[in-house]
Amino acid sequence: MHSYRLTHLKELESESIHILREVAAQFENPALLFSGGKDSIVCYHLARKAFFPSKVPFPLVHVDTGHNFAETIAFRDALVKEHGATLIVGSVQESIDQGRAQEETGYHASRNKLQTVTLLDTLEKHKIDCAIGGGRRDEEKARAKERVFSHRDEFGQWDPKNQRPELWNLYNGKKRPGEHFRAFPISNWTEMDVWQYILLENIAIPNIYFSHEREVFDRDGVIYANSDFMRLKPEEKPYQKRVRFRTIGDMSCTGAVDSPAATLEEIIEEVASSRVTERGSRQDDKRSEAAMEDRKKEGYF
Amino acid sequence: MVTGYGAPKHHHPKRANGNKEMKDTSTHGYLDMDLLRFTTGSVDDGKSTLIGRLLYDTKQIFEDQMEAVTKASAKRGNGDVDLSLLTDGLRAEREQGITIDVAYRYFATPKRKFIIADTPGHIQYTRNMVTGASTANLAIILVDARKGILEQTCRHSFIAALLGIPHVVFCINKMDLVDYSEEVFEKLQKELEDFSSKLEVRDIRFIPISALKGDMVVDRGDRMPWYQGPTLMYLLEHIHIAGDINHIDRRFPVQYVVRPMTNEHHDFRGFAGRVAGGVFRQGDTVQVLPSGFESKVKSIHIGEQRSMEAFAPQSVVLTLADEIDISRGDMIVGANSLPESSQEIDAMICWFHERPMQANGKYAIKHTSRDARCVVKEIKYRMDISTLRKADGDPTLKMNDIGRVHLRTTVPLHFDKYQRNRITGSFILMDESTNETVAAGMIV
Repeated sequence: MHSYRLTHLKELESESIHILREVAAQFENPALLFSGGKDSIVCYHLARKAFFPSKVPFPLVHVDTGHNFAETIAFRDALVKEHGATLIVGSVQESIDQGRAQEETGYHASRNKLQTVTLLDTLEKHKIDCAIGGGRRDEEKARAKERVFSHRDEFGQWDPKNQRPELWNLYNGKKRPGEHFRAFPISNWTEMDVWQYILLENIAIPNIYFSHEREVFDRDGVIYANSDFMRLKPEEKPYQKRVRFRTIGDMSCTGAVDSPAATLEEIIEEVASSRVTERGSRQDDKRSEAAMEDRKKEGYF
Repeated sequence: MVTGYGAPKHHHPKRANGNKEMKDTSTHGYLDMDLLRFTTGSVDDGKSTLIGRLLYDTKQIFEDQMEAVTKASAKRGNGDVDLSLLTDGLRAEREQGITIDVAYRYFATPKRKFIIADTPGHIQYTRNMVTGASTANLAIILVDARKGILEQTCRHSFIAALLGIPHVVFCINKMDLVDYSEEVFEKLQKELEDFSSKLEVRDIRFIPISALKGDMVVDRGDRMPWYQGPTLMYLLEHIHIAGDINHIDRRFPVQYVVRPMTNEHHDFRGFAGRVAGGVFRQGDTVQVLPSGFESKVKSIHIGEQRSMEAFAPQSVVLTLADEIDISRGDMIVGANSLPESSQEIDAMICWFHERPMQANGKYAIKHTSRDARCVVKEIKYRMDISTLRKADGDPTLKMNDIGRVHLRTTVPLHFDKYQRNRITGSFILMDESTNETVAAGMIV
């Protein structure tokens, strides 16, 4: 006799699989936004579980800022090859070359904001009516209010004050022509849940999440990986250091953490004792109190 | 029991060296944690203070969050750090200093993971409260020790009962302002017991707390030695929730048909869905609705793993012994406990939209994985949710109103009463021209 009780990870998994199947059933042409970060990797893992033994019935979309960690791109390509997934790449460089996006200048130039243009263009070009993302409500306070099925108007904009109420596990994906949706299957997961699940399910992730030695420099109290894309100020001197990345985004806005954690168990311990949120090292959120809300309204995921 | 998750199968070339071998995860404490979803009701500052207290005392507030909140509080000229700024995420909410939408907050202790649906308490946000309550296992209702039972206490209790929340905890708050008086607590407990005997709630608890000072929230404190019961946190960590789900009547709404049509899985035809009730075992005799055909469960799959059984709320794939035409919107059920199947639906409704519900109006309806249309045959009455009585006169349902309606659907729905099953007993209505979700329904 047992008590028919699910652990929190299994309940979250079950909820996410249900959401992914709803997306596949309710939309004609969904796609999974895949950055090569741990959240999108977990989403893909869940999608494989949701439809097994069928293949995942939607492509992966990567919005390529051109400022990627080489390790992430290698990981992405290996994953696509191993599972025979379809990959669509939207290039921010192309958007800039076509004059559809304007490159920021200065030391703090980032292509993070430009991603929105490329993302919306890519969705339109491939007629994608629902973009699945790995966003989590615990990441940021505007995300805490977003629905699992998030409606976007024909300009890709989010209207936070006019969101559809979402009850039980009933998701309303009805839309008019030209409108589309974002769907967030791991909305209710925390950073810790994601790491624990990666450990539990033995999911492969890019090696830069683990402690490694690389050339870095300090800016505004944040450790950045040095690369050809970064313009250093005269006083900023690159040096070698053992670091790892807690989140993986565009190189220009993702800070590293000084960490010896080389295994998932060590990362989990480190996350458990951390006194700073995961996005604390993300420069893109610090631009203003409502930075995320503003970007989301414009169509950022 | 489902076993075998997480066996190492895939090794990416890019995998870090440090993670060569899977550890025996059964030794990790987190495998024994489960998930409790709860909601809090109150219109005053008590709610934000309580949530802030739960997060703060369980060390869930991070330095950069605290720094941001401190900065924002100073910018607004608040003397103290305003913990409500942690949860009020939208610009409009922070500017107006109110919560207008449901915000989800997360925290964990070594025993359990918690999801708080933080909803506004004012009557004009009833729909947000209903939304937050729809997935909650537990409701915390704050009662000001000085003010006693107010109109909002009735309203929040009624919504908790209507939405079938199995556990309701009345927290008698601000005990610090009544000298931590046992008499005050006991008098209020008696009044609340009398009042809530009218409500259908399985489990009701009472705790005296001071969210501001922290007494009986996470720590007991030493100012209420007369109170022998658990602290709020102890209760949240230990309350038994696995029994809240209906594990008797087998219900499996089919979401998606899995047909790989590959050489390896040429004849595989699986039905994907989330178990909504009961326990399905391999070999069980089941009936498929609406066709009525019977078959046996041939296999149960969770990803690549096979399982002997599946229970709510697991997401699985079932295959059946016979080839029966089954598609999304059908329901696989236990042959010995059928749900009701009907086009005539009696339900309590919470109306969400500025445009009132139209008698004879036609709406799209979503019930489990089934989509249909319906017409409102009759609006029977509107509830006065402050007095828990039927309102007199015009039974129009406007935004945030709750009432009883009779609907006729274009195709039969296969349902249980909401109080018996929150998944097969619930539905939403959608406007057919704007596609907006306009109502939530609970079948009676």
